[in-house]
Amino acid sequence: MNNSVSTLPSSIDATLDLLGGADYICDRPLATVLYLSLRMGRPLFLEGEAGVGKTEIAKVLSSTLGRRLIRLQCYEGLDVSSAVYEWNYAAQMMAIRLAEASGETDRQQLEGDVFSERYLVKRPLLQALQPSVDGPPVLLIDELDRTDEAFEAFLLEILSDYQVTVPELGTFRAEQPPIVIITSNRTREIHDALKRRCLYHWVGYPDAEREIEIVSAKVPDAPAKLTADIVAFVQKLRREDLFKLPGVAETLDWAGALHELNAVALDPALVTDTLGVILKYQDDIEKIGGAKVEQMLADMRSEARV
Amino acid sequence: MADAPETAGEPGRIDPGMGDPAAGALVQNIMHFGRALRAAGLPVGPGTIIDAAEAVKVSGVTNRGDFRAALQAVFVTRREHLLLFDQAFDIFWKRRGFMEKLIAMLSPITEPNQENQPQSKPKAGAARLAQAMMPKAEPEVQEAEIEVDQRFTVSAAEVLQKKDFAQMTAEEIAEAKLAIARLRLSNDEVRTRRFRADLRGRRIDPRRTFRKSMRAGGSSIDLAMRSQVMRHPPVVAICDISGSMSDYTRVFLHFLHALTERRRRVHTFLFGTRLTNVTRALRHKDPDEALELCTAEADDWSGGTRIGSCLHLFNRSWSRRVLGQGAIVLMFTDGLEREGTDELAREMERLHKSCRRLIWLNPLLRYDGFEARAQGIRAMLPHVDEFRPVHNLSSMEALIEALSGEAPSSSTDPRAWLRAAA
Repeated sequence: MNNSVSTLPSSIDATLDLLGGADYICDRPLATVLYLSLRMGRPLFLEGEAGVGKTEIAKVLSSTLGRRLIRLQCYEGLDVSSAVYEWNYAAQMMAIRLAEASGETDRQQLEGDVFSERYLVKRPLLQALQPSVDGPPVLLIDELDRTDEAFEAFLLEILSDYQVTVPELGTFRAEQPPIVIITSNRTREIHDALKRRCLYHWVGYPDAEREIEIVSAKVPDAPAKLTADIVAFVQKLRREDLFKLPGVAETLDWAGALHELNAVALDPALVTDTLGVILKYQDDIEKIGGAKVEQMLADMRSEARV
Repeated sequence: MADAPETAGEPGRIDPGMGDPAAGALVQNIMHFGRALRAAGLPVGPGTIIDAAEAVKVSGVTNRGDFRAALQAVFVTRREHLLLFDQAFDIFWKRRGFMEKLIAMLSPITEPNQENQPQSKPKAGAARLAQAMMPKAEPEVQEAEIEVDQRFTVSAAEVLQKKDFAQMTAEEIAEAKLAIARLRLSNDEVRTRRFRADLRGRRIDPRRTFRKSMRAGGSSIDLAMRSQVMRHPPVVAICDISGSMSDYTRVFLHFLHALTERRRRVHTFLFGTRLTNVTRALRHKDPDEALELCTAEADDWSGGTRIGSCLHLFNRSWSRRVLGQGAIVLMFTDGLEREGTDELAREMERLHKSCRRLIWLNPLLRYDGFEARAQGIRAMLPHVDEFRPVHNLSSMEALIEALSGEAPSSSTDPRAWLRAAA
């Protein structure tokens, strides 16, 4: 039992190294909050714009710690039967018919048979509470803001007690609480009661230095000059007044795209042609395209020279 | 109504229940106090008053603080009532030495009285209390005993000078609650993906079906049905508080407060020259307190307007956070933009594309000869789904009437308005 706990990082630096080992480069505040959440057994609530690497943390954690990743993708109308458990009705029906055929009439017996774990379909949340040989799994509750408040309220019980009650069967309680990562894109505010049970971290855009590290780690074949150019341009874009700022995911896509095109440095034509990789709103593309790109690149060069 | 403290310990005023003249007067006064609270809107019944008298007796009150706590424990059952209670207590039990005298007769230990300092601004709920304690004349009132607090009369004038919001009266609050229940926005229900048990539902509920059939030993299968749950989409109100709208802001805010109370998913933004999110302030249950917090949060009351730039800010910083779940947007503005209308048109288009339905309520329509000629209005009109006329926006009733009703009609069609003024 203690075996799995010892594999958790023992310090903030160890957490940084652990993530770095899987090419996930993060800043110290994020490593700190992650370390605390692992140590204290508290869920980690990550909020931030799309494409800043919130979901990725859970994936990296599960792969580096060798834990199973259980992902619950949230959507509007997510309910208990698709998030926690469901009975296998077809199998239950069959069991009833078979019991009938064999002349079984004891009601108690029949009910006990039909509502047993055999006919229980376990959904992600219940799976995450089950004991596992590799240690407690990583439970990723992704994009919680897409569900409604009713589901959020339901999560409260699971997150504070790590237990689920199936009325017909009894209570399932996790021997060791899973590592819980909750992400939100903030398309609505999550209730304070849920936030209170978690450690909160706002995942922002990385600074230039960190972003160069990320791009070099993820797109290692791209020339260093190109990487530096891309990051400098994206950083500049994030200071513009845009409807949707490019995230790290867009930077990586762009680096990959430009590398595919065998580019070695940015030039205005190239940027204008590939703007659709980083900007996804026509208003934004219109605002940046053409003369603005040229000016931004010129500014970038002059800043680099200083 | 005789809801004022009575002189204690008068000979001949012996309460048979308590056997002690002072205690009798105290019980009577607790009753009057309870009635005053009820008039001010607290749910106080005869049982509560008996409980309160009992509480004071049981707790062996020796000072003002304990007395207050004992009464509060019984009368206050919600946080927002605390506010009314506190003020009512201070006023009702304020006569110097009066209560202390009562207490002194009951116990040997007394504490000196602490009078509250007069306040410069009326506290939230003061209007309701003043009304509760100085009701429309009733003949059997013992004139000598009524002590009207001067604060209210003085500060009522002050409120006007400051152009603060007049406070809600208890009737207004009750009316607001009734009125808001009559609000019928068009397309105001969305199907969710949740189900609930419904005898006349059209889908089989396998889970309940099984549990039901198990009851009979599984020999017959009795179908249980379910149907989809409908619910209101979130409402996002963007409300103009500039000078030209200042006559209507009170009605809007009370409307939004009542709406926030009724449906939980309501977000409110105020704008004049800057954008302020007052959602949390309006979640306070007490309308006066909520409005007071609103006034404190926004600093651009009754000033100029920059609709375009405020909408830009909304689109950039808030639209993704509050419009995510198919929200209906209510715009309260006269559309009189003083700056460039290009930005306004662009931002309106963006807003329109991000929400489920955009309803514009324009009080300028109170003039019968109104035509959509102003540049700002012409810039905004193409991007709204409904353009709601308000001829006389003096009450919440009128506002709700303006917002309710069928949408596709010529009076709300923005294109018809544009054509008419072309």
